Amino acid sequence: MMVKFSEHKMKEVEAIIARYPTGKHKSALIPILHLAQEEFGGWLSAESMDYVASILSIASIEVYEVATFYSMFNLNPVGKHVLEVCQTGPCMLQGSDDIIAYIKSKLGIAVGETTADGMFTLKTVECLGACGYAPMMQMGMHYKEHLTPSKVDEIIAHCYNHK
Amino acid sequence: MARKLLLEKAHVEGIRHFDVYRREGGYASVEKALKMDPASIVEEVKKSGLRGRGGAGFATGLKWSFLAKPEGVPRYLVCNADESEPGTFKDRFLMEFIPHLLIEGLIVSSFALGSNSTYIYIRGEYAWIVGILEQAIAEAKQNGFLGKNILGAGFDLEIYVQRGAGAYICGEETALIESLEGKRGNPRIKPPFPAIKGLWDCPTVVNNVETLAAVVPIINMGGEEYAKIGVGRSTGTKLISACGNINKPGVYEMDMTISVEEFIYSDEYCGGIANGKKLKACIPGGSSVPILPANLLLKTAKGETRYMNYESLSDGGFASGSMMGSGGFIVLDEDQCVVRHTLTLARFYRHESCGQCSPCREGTGWMEKILQKIENGKGVSSDIDLLWDIQRKIEGNTICPLGDAAAWPVAAAIRHFRDEFEWHVNNPSLCLTQNYGLAHYADELSVVA
Ligand SMILES: Cc1cc2nc3c(=O)[nH]c(=O)nc-3n(C[C@H](O)[C@H](O)[C@H](O)COP(=O)(O)O)c2cc1C
Ligand code: SF4
Ligand code: FES
Repeated sequence: MMVKFSEHKMKEVEAIIARYPTGKHKSALIPILHLAQEEFGGWLSAESMDYVASILSIASIEVYEVATFYSMFNLNPVGKHVLEVCQTGPCMLQGSDDIIAYIKSKLGIAVGETTADGMFTLKTVECLGACGYAPMMQMGMHYKEHLTPSKVDEIIAHCYNHK
Repeated sequence: MARKLLLEKAHVEGIRHFDVYRREGGYASVEKALKMDPASIVEEVKKSGLRGRGGAGFATGLKWSFLAKPEGVPRYLVCNADESEPGTFKDRFLMEFIPHLLIEGLIVSSFALGSNSTYIYIRGEYAWIVGILEQAIAEAKQNGFLGKNILGAGFDLEIYVQRGAGAYICGEETALIESLEGKRGNPRIKPPFPAIKGLWDCPTVVNNVETLAAVVPIINMGGEEYAKIGVGRSTGTKLISACGNINKPGVYEMDMTISVEEFIYSDEYCGGIANGKKLKACIPGGSSVPILPANLLLKTAKGETRYMNYESLSDGGFASGSMMGSGGFIVLDEDQCVVRHTLTLARFYRHESCGQCSPCREGTGWMEKILQKIENGKGVSSDIDLLWDIQRKIEGNTICPLGDAAAWPVAAAIRHFRDEFEWHVNNPSLCLTQNYGLAHYADELSVVA
């Protein structure tokens, strides 16, 4: 994959940098890493990170040390859809363990793995601020809440039907 | 009482849009505040008795008065929308359903503090809320409430939304500032406090979403009137996010005069324990605060009714009380296992430790491993003492309060549920298939009936 923002995305990058005082453009790093992850295949390769470093005129190491700190940045390739199921206390009280077990057996993968067809990666995550709507998972930009096995079936079927 | 100052209009159709919000009386506090002297706005907030809603409960007006004002140096207001404390989802509700209330509060607060660029730092996972806030900001700007020379009062302000990327520690204010500067979220050693040296080394105030939204009613009604709502030093209204084994999980606003019992059992709030079960335990203020067994939750050790406010929830100290914290109210029914629940919290803190301090980095991992061992039926009696010892050595020995926050839930679980830990150790084959349930607490639970 070619690692370069489109002209349109570059405008977005410039708008982000403009939010901070002159000389404080490093503040744009995390927002731009989000953009890079979205644009370049759902994860951050060394190439993507080096590219972001060049845009901000900072050392590559400054990007690596940030990318490795935050859990939303994927440092390895992921499936087309990443299922991030919350497993913290309040979700556990509402049966998140069963949901995780159900997804594992349905997709035939362990936590951290991707299905052979590249469609799904399963991850467990910690509290996402949806404890009252548990059990829940994050899928891309959105939350899927009040999960049940049949709701999981629907979500997965929907992904296959809208490939 | 179900008094509402923040969420009263949250369900009005279209309230996310400027026109509807304005028609419902929105932005009146900006019109009023921009005619006031910034110092007198700070005075009103002081008089209101407002305490920070992010968890620590520090007096907001006092915090604002500490802000340094060196000549020629910009000052910043940063809104903490990182909301990552397990059990807490109130700021999300406010931003999602009534975003203009936050923007309105930010304009007034920025004017009071002299911030011309204000940042909302929002947890990265709340991705769709970024769009909602940016839409509200754009509308406010179109209508002259943001940008240059707001309402002709000579005050300029831009508000920017900054997304985090998954790190609970970035809710801690100095870690948040580091993150906003494009770095790892490692908390800073204090002092200097952000009020002196914060964002880009400039004087900075960091406040929670709910705190800044509460500035709107304070300016509208005046600090003194606001202070009359509630009880004692728990003034105004508070948002509580309730979850766990209850009939009606959700976000509730109340003045702080209702009892914990009413909050759990009345249909206006949690609607009782789900599936007709009994209440076993509760963490009343987010995962970091001590868990209480039902008897100590509903009544203090002195036998007095416990109320949903700062003073009453902490009555008895850590020996028999808890804290208001972030307002994340987590309820456990009779079938839940306290060891397992505590294990998930220990895992959370291990995962979220930034790793700068050895007691926190190593201790959180040890606590998780020992709890996992006990939960798996492999624990021995001395493990319980070891756990106690580790949490005690973390508390107070770290750069930021995450260490304490990791220690307290473990300490309280052992303090109040030691027999459940012992049952796990003594019944290794049972603890994987059964729960200790209410066995021991049945007598004490008579107060619930
Ligand atoms: C580990 C940790 C996590 C925190 N997370 C949050 C948070 O998500 N939101 C928040 O408002 N405050 C959080 N705080 C508290 C902030 O450090 C700070 O006290 C607060 O934002 C101040 O605002 P307030 O006075 O309006 O409450 C956290 C503190 C710690 C130690
Ligand atoms: S207490 Fe934990 S989270 Fe806080 S600075 Fe130390 S290691 Fe980091
Ligand atoms: S515990 Fe799962 S969203 Fe909070």
